Amino acid sequence: MPDAKVTIAFELNGELTEVAFAPHKTLLEVLREDCGLTGTKHGCELGECGTCAVLLDERPVLSCLALGLACAGRRVKTVEGMATAGRLHPLQEAFAELGAAQCGYCTPAFLLTAEALLAGNPTPTRGEIKQALAGNLCRCTGYIKIYEAVELAAARMRGEDAKPAPETLYGSR
Amino acid sequence: MGAGKGKATEGRKDGMGTQDAPPHLPAALPSFRRIIGKALRKIDATAKVTGVTKFADDLFLPRMLFCKLLRSPHPHARILSVDGSKALALEGVKAVLTGKDLPIPFGILPVSQDEHALALDKARFVGDPVAAVAAVNEEIATEALDLITVRYEPLAAISSAAEAIARPEPRIHDYGDHGNLHKLISLEFGDVAAGFAEADLVREDVFFFEGSTHLPMEQHAALADWSPDGKVTLWSSTQTPHYVHRALAKVLELPPAKIRVIATPNGGGFGGKSDPFSHEIVVAKLAMLTGRPVKITLTREEVFYCHRGRHPTLLWVKTGVKQDGTITGMHFKSLLDGGGYGSYGVASTYYTGALQTVTYPVPRYKFQGARAFTNKPPCGPKRGHGTPQPRYALEVHLDKIAEQLGLDPAELRLQHLVPPNSLTANYLRIGSMGLGACIRKVVGGSGWKQRFRKLPFGQGVGLACSSYISGAGLPIYWNNMPHSGVQLKCDRGGGVTVFCGSTEIGQGSDSILAYIVAEVLGLDPFEISVVTADTDLTPVDLGSYSSRVTLMTGNAAIQAAERAKEILAAHAARKLEIPATRIVFADGRVFDAGDPGRGMTFAQAVEIAEAAQGTIGTVGSYTPPRSAGRYRGAGVGPSPAYSYSAAVAEVDVDPDTGIVTVPRIWIAHDIGRSINAAAVMGQVEGSVYMGLGEALMEEMAYRGNRNVVHKIPSLLEYKSPTTLEMCDVVTYLVEDPDPNGPFGAKEVGQGPLLPVPPAIANAVYDAVGVRVDEVPITPEKVLKALKKKAKGEEGRVGPTRFPDIAWPEPIRVAPPWEGGDGGAVPVAAAAPERQH
Repeated sequence: MPDAKVTIAFELNGELTEVAFAPHKTLLEVLREDCGLTGTKHGCELGECGTCAVLLDERPVLSCLALGLACAGRRVKTVEGMATAGRLHPLQEAFAELGAAQCGYCTPAFLLTAEALLAGNPTPTRGEIKQALAGNLCRCTGYIKIYEAVELAAARMRGEDAKPAPETLYGSR
Repeated sequence: MGAGKGKATEGRKDGMGTQDAPPHLPAALPSFRRIIGKALRKIDATAKVTGVTKFADDLFLPRMLFCKLLRSPHPHARILSVDGSKALALEGVKAVLTGKDLPIPFGILPVSQDEHALALDKARFVGDPVAAVAAVNEEIATEALDLITVRYEPLAAISSAAEAIARPEPRIHDYGDHGNLHKLISLEFGDVAAGFAEADLVREDVFFFEGSTHLPMEQHAALADWSPDGKVTLWSSTQTPHYVHRALAKVLELPPAKIRVIATPNGGGFGGKSDPFSHEIVVAKLAMLTGRPVKITLTREEVFYCHRGRHPTLLWVKTGVKQDGTITGMHFKSLLDGGGYGSYGVASTYYTGALQTVTYPVPRYKFQGARAFTNKPPCGPKRGHGTPQPRYALEVHLDKIAEQLGLDPAELRLQHLVPPNSLTANYLRIGSMGLGACIRKVVGGSGWKQRFRKLPFGQGVGLACSSYISGAGLPIYWNNMPHSGVQLKCDRGGGVTVFCGSTEIGQGSDSILAYIVAEVLGLDPFEISVVTADTDLTPVDLGSYSSRVTLMTGNAAIQAAERAKEILAAHAARKLEIPATRIVFADGRVFDAGDPGRGMTFAQAVEIAEAAQGTIGTVGSYTPPRSAGRYRGAGVGPSPAYSYSAAVAEVDVDPDTGIVTVPRIWIAHDIGRSINAAAVMGQVEGSVYMGLGEALMEEMAYRGNRNVVHKIPSLLEYKSPTTLEMCDVVTYLVEDPDPNGPFGAKEVGQGPLLPVPPAIANAVYDAVGVRVDEVPITPEKVLKALKKKAKGEEGRVGPTRFPDIAWPEPIRVAPPWEGGDGGAVPVAAAAPERQH
């Protein structure tokens, strides 16, 4: 017989949430199957690809390796919590603008990992961006548009009136 | 899947407003073109960045069951019996399937219908599906697999193509050209021996290109639903819903009209989701048996078993050249390790010989290709499908030839380019050809002249070029119907919906439809609704493979939109009392070119037309031009247009560790014309990335002596480039419009991968003076080559010979310049086989 469900309360995307689930479930499974938030994806189930990253107490964690039970009383943020009042987060805006999301499957995890980076470092260098995103695999973009989108969003979040460079969108001359 | 109205409004504000005219392109664009060429966001971009896009595994239906597959632990075994009774007795298990429940074979190619949804009599690789379970949850389904008893009789396993040649028995399949050789091809275009006789230098080289896998971040998933009226619906992460539809109809023995296949947006494809798969058929059957929805999501390990990736390929090339680099003849041989099933393999094998002729003129050309069956997961089409391997061999081979002739490899290529609007020796029709411009871009940008053979030891630059098809000229199954169809619905409110069978895999195919229809009708692309990849709702498009989608759906969309425009223009012209030829569609208005103030909104134009003649809908379709070749095998290679790429790679090689790092790649791609420049940039960068991975680290490796088990079926062990390995990319878009492309557009999704591995290989040689004639170029191989060189041996690592194969008598075809008509020379008239 399946294990009896347990109930936890935690802050999910800024709202106090109660959810009941089988106690062996990972945070990934709880989010997708019990909270109905399918924006968080899976790529390997083993902590290898970074696709399931969410923010736990503002820090990126691999939700496939975190137990749902371990999140009681903590703050979890998923991609569904990034846009506020119908307005995209500057990272979401920049990813959309530059085509940093191609198939879009790894995108939620990249966005959240980048959000955590920018929260601690509003002016990251290209090297720091690479380092921060090194645990996330993307097979579509070659990461270039992702770096450029993070840089564009960072500039805008600093209040700069930043625009994409022409060679980003149209290539070098 | 389509752009909803809400998203559309948002998209217009942000997508159309932020970027104005392309900074260095507007002069080339006629003033009425408002969309083509611009770097707009994709119509599904908002859904993708908010996590709203529903991939197959994101779908949940009430009462849904979960499916798990039992896979063979043996690489090659006869299946004596399968007993699922204990599994079926487990609480929560609703159905168990074995091979006998789905006995009809299927396969993507009509000539290779060699797969069964569940192994019927034999398992052919470790991971071959043998039985399936549907249960109320995944845990119970997994538990039930352990209760299925399978009696196997292990058979001798074949672990490599060389072994397949050496051991024709036991046969993995009871069909194929010889023993365990699935396919043997022999083609000769002109007298190659005579070509070699004219040469100043004849050079032979052997190369090996290791197999690699697509590794889409999304694991394959499928959900089937059965309704009591006898209809099956399948949602699947497939690149080819039309072919899945056909396979389901065949295996389930249902009329196609009773089957609906919906391709969910693919979380990456790269060719790995192009075959109809066992798991898709199984969940459909399980849904029929249980009357409940059934879902399967493969584990990452299972995705490695589905595979269909790059064929490990041994390549042998012999070329005759004049002192100035003019090619006088070329003979190319390839041996592909196909794995356990046919998949696209026959086409892959032809592709290893098809496109050598489309970059530099090859007046006489001979190709011999063989594909072996082995007891490994089946190989198939991965980005570049059968052409990265020979392109790597050819471009490194040319680098060696240039050195021997004392020529700069960039100049060698520039001096010998296939002319535009020409026919090749194997009857491929070249249209626009921008390779020369591509080479000049990367040579200039990289400082090639100042750096090639001039950098300090350990640093190097290398150059390579390539070409790829913009869609296959022939369909996968023989028919005379269009390859792509589009329907257009104009709503009286002014909305336009585009229906097309094409499949969004992240490349932007949905957006292309919106851009093109919006361009023709003068609308905002973010106000176009797009409905795709649903066999109930959308006209057939063959699928997202062979870089065909933009060219073929684009042309079909132009036709449908032009037809709508004609209808609307006629009625608007009557209303305005002017000739229809004066009607212009722009900015959401329909107006008089001579007096732009006189006109109406697009919505009013639709209203007038609908009042006059009823509901406004049009269709468009596209069929590629007839190919020029008529010989057996001429079906692989023809394309409406060929893209071209050139790349320069910069490498640092550490002679102590053998580690190769790639700081930067300059790449130029002849796109014909960008429909969306930003989307093109993304495809180029993604292709460079994937080529970098294949060049340096990715390999599908097996323990040949230990049961042919995959060494590394996980994302941790299968090394692919992370942000820390990815190089900088400097991209140049060369626009040489092709008359066959929509607005001149050619492909970009696959071609830019091709020059990357050879450019890196050539750069490694420039850096440390050793040749690693096989990819991936791992540190071990570099060190081995350096050690050999230090000992005074040849500084080279790679295969040394191509095995003897009993090739069939070649099909001989006279090239166009020898009076050929594209057909084979009748056998009686052909010269006897020569030994080359």
